[in-house]
Amino acid sequence: MTPRLELRGVEKVFETRSGPVNALHDIDLTLDDGEFVSVVGASGCGKSTLLRIVAGLEQATDGVLHLDGVPLAGPGKDRGMVFQQYTLYPWLSARANVEFGLQHLPKRERGAAARRFLEIVGLLDFADSYPSQLSGGMQQRVAIARALALQPSMLLMDEPFGALDAQTRSLMQELLLSIWERDRLAVLFVTHDIDEAIFLADRICVLSTKPGRVREVIDVPLPRPRDFAQQMDKDFLALKLHVRGLIHDEAVRNTGFSSVLK
Amino acid sequence: MISQRGVREPRTPLLPRGTSRSRTPRSRPRRLRLYEPIRRRSYVAIAIVSLCLVFALWAGLSYSGAVENLFLPTPVQVWQAAVTESSTGILWPDIWASVSRIVLGFLVSSVVAVPVGMLMGAYKAFEAGLEPPIDFMRYTPAVAFIPLTLIWFGTTSTQKLVILFIAIFFQEVLLVMDNVKNVPVPFVDMAYTLGLSPAQILRRVILRAALPGIVDTLRISMGWGWTYLVVVELVGATNGLGFQIEQAERYLNTPEIILGIIVIGILGLLFDFSFKALYAKAFPYMSRARS
Repeated sequence: MTPRLELRGVEKVFETRSGPVNALHDIDLTLDDGEFVSVVGASGCGKSTLLRIVAGLEQATDGVLHLDGVPLAGPGKDRGMVFQQYTLYPWLSARANVEFGLQHLPKRERGAAARRFLEIVGLLDFADSYPSQLSGGMQQRVAIARALALQPSMLLMDEPFGALDAQTRSLMQELLLSIWERDRLAVLFVTHDIDEAIFLADRICVLSTKPGRVREVIDVPLPRPRDFAQQMDKDFLALKLHVRGLIHDEAVRNTGFSSVLK
Repeated sequence: MISQRGVREPRTPLLPRGTSRSRTPRSRPRRLRLYEPIRRRSYVAIAIVSLCLVFALWAGLSYSGAVENLFLPTPVQVWQAAVTESSTGILWPDIWASVSRIVLGFLVSSVVAVPVGMLMGAYKAFEAGLEPPIDFMRYTPAVAFIPLTLIWFGTTSTQKLVILFIAIFFQEVLLVMDNVKNVPVPFVDMAYTLGLSPAQILRRVILRAALPGIVDTLRISMGWGWTYLVVVELVGATNGLGFQIEQAERYLNTPEIILGIIVIGILGLLFDFSFKALYAKAFPYMSRARS
């Protein structure tokens, strides 16, 4: 079976004034259909760059990227994207934002799709609200609805809950899982929050820093459907400690902390 | 928690008056406070009083004889000039001549400035190619082109249009460029992932996101038009408010000069108000975002 997403030997070099910077090195990663994979790493490890390359917003310097066995070329609707920043268009209502990527459909179907996906994220009552009238969490729910409405082959999420407060973030994680349980879309989820990475994912891809390379890919042994109480399980905590160890060493070494921390 | 700008503190005092809390700057009652909004009624009242003071100063100086009436006529003399000018039928045609001149100059400038400014804001190559000559033109005084344009076009309406264009366009196009540059990059990234082509993004995302800023730019550009109108009409014009002011000067008719100045001020204000009303009507989401 061809995997949904396949990355082989992906390389990214940024040309900067002080010379080339190798942001990503030899990244191999596959996602099967219906799989939820988190990418974690210390800040500056290139995890967002990796996601932007998969989204087609950045070009890999080298390597192979396949979606359903077909080489990826540029951005497209087959990958629904949710950014950390609020990217709803402020001049459009929630409904019109969800419809925005569906111009190829007749008007009627567009409306029906917007209603369906706003209902999935629980915001049908806010269809006519403008983004400025919605809280940060609600805006991200609309953004998720907008990505889902494209009926993509997979979802790409770049720290989508990073700007939200802790309570809202945990609710958003549960909401995302409940949506994911329905149709098991492949998800590539970038975060710096280790709890979030473990709680959501089937597998965690830990990146090292400078250059970003795959340090370890870890299976998450927690049963599904998940429940927030699992975050206190022994397995969960052991895994968290392990991942944190991997990232911590990196962070201390690469951010000038080594002179003050052991 | 530090309260956000514009969020009103609850009025209920938790401590009795005179306790130490009332001495902290944040709870000082009803004084000037940084960025603190005031009631609409107070705002309007202050504005009216301020206008009345200017008027009173004028009246005081002219009626007291502190300044001779030849130099500063009384409000009544100016009013009489207005009555005479409108009854002899020269005021309204002059207003019409000036307004149509400005509107034409503004429209021609904007029709070119908006698309060119958009290309400059969105594509670095356009910026590199166009910004240096435009910047150069921006710093050359439009007035300096009057002799040249008189040689090129004579005292025609084309000549006046060209001067207004020079005065408005080169500032306007750079502001439109900035409006477009200020569109958040994630808006564009998002549009790519939603499957839009660059041409669609330019129209449906960049133009739309920059539009409130562009309308503000149009309003400011119209203001420059009013500034340069008199300059244009002082030389080689046969009608218009500026021409009328120039005529009045020949006969030392200061009431008519002051009348011309006041009329231009009022017309400028009216256009400004119209643009602000249009802005509020077209972009209701902008004010909600601010409050």
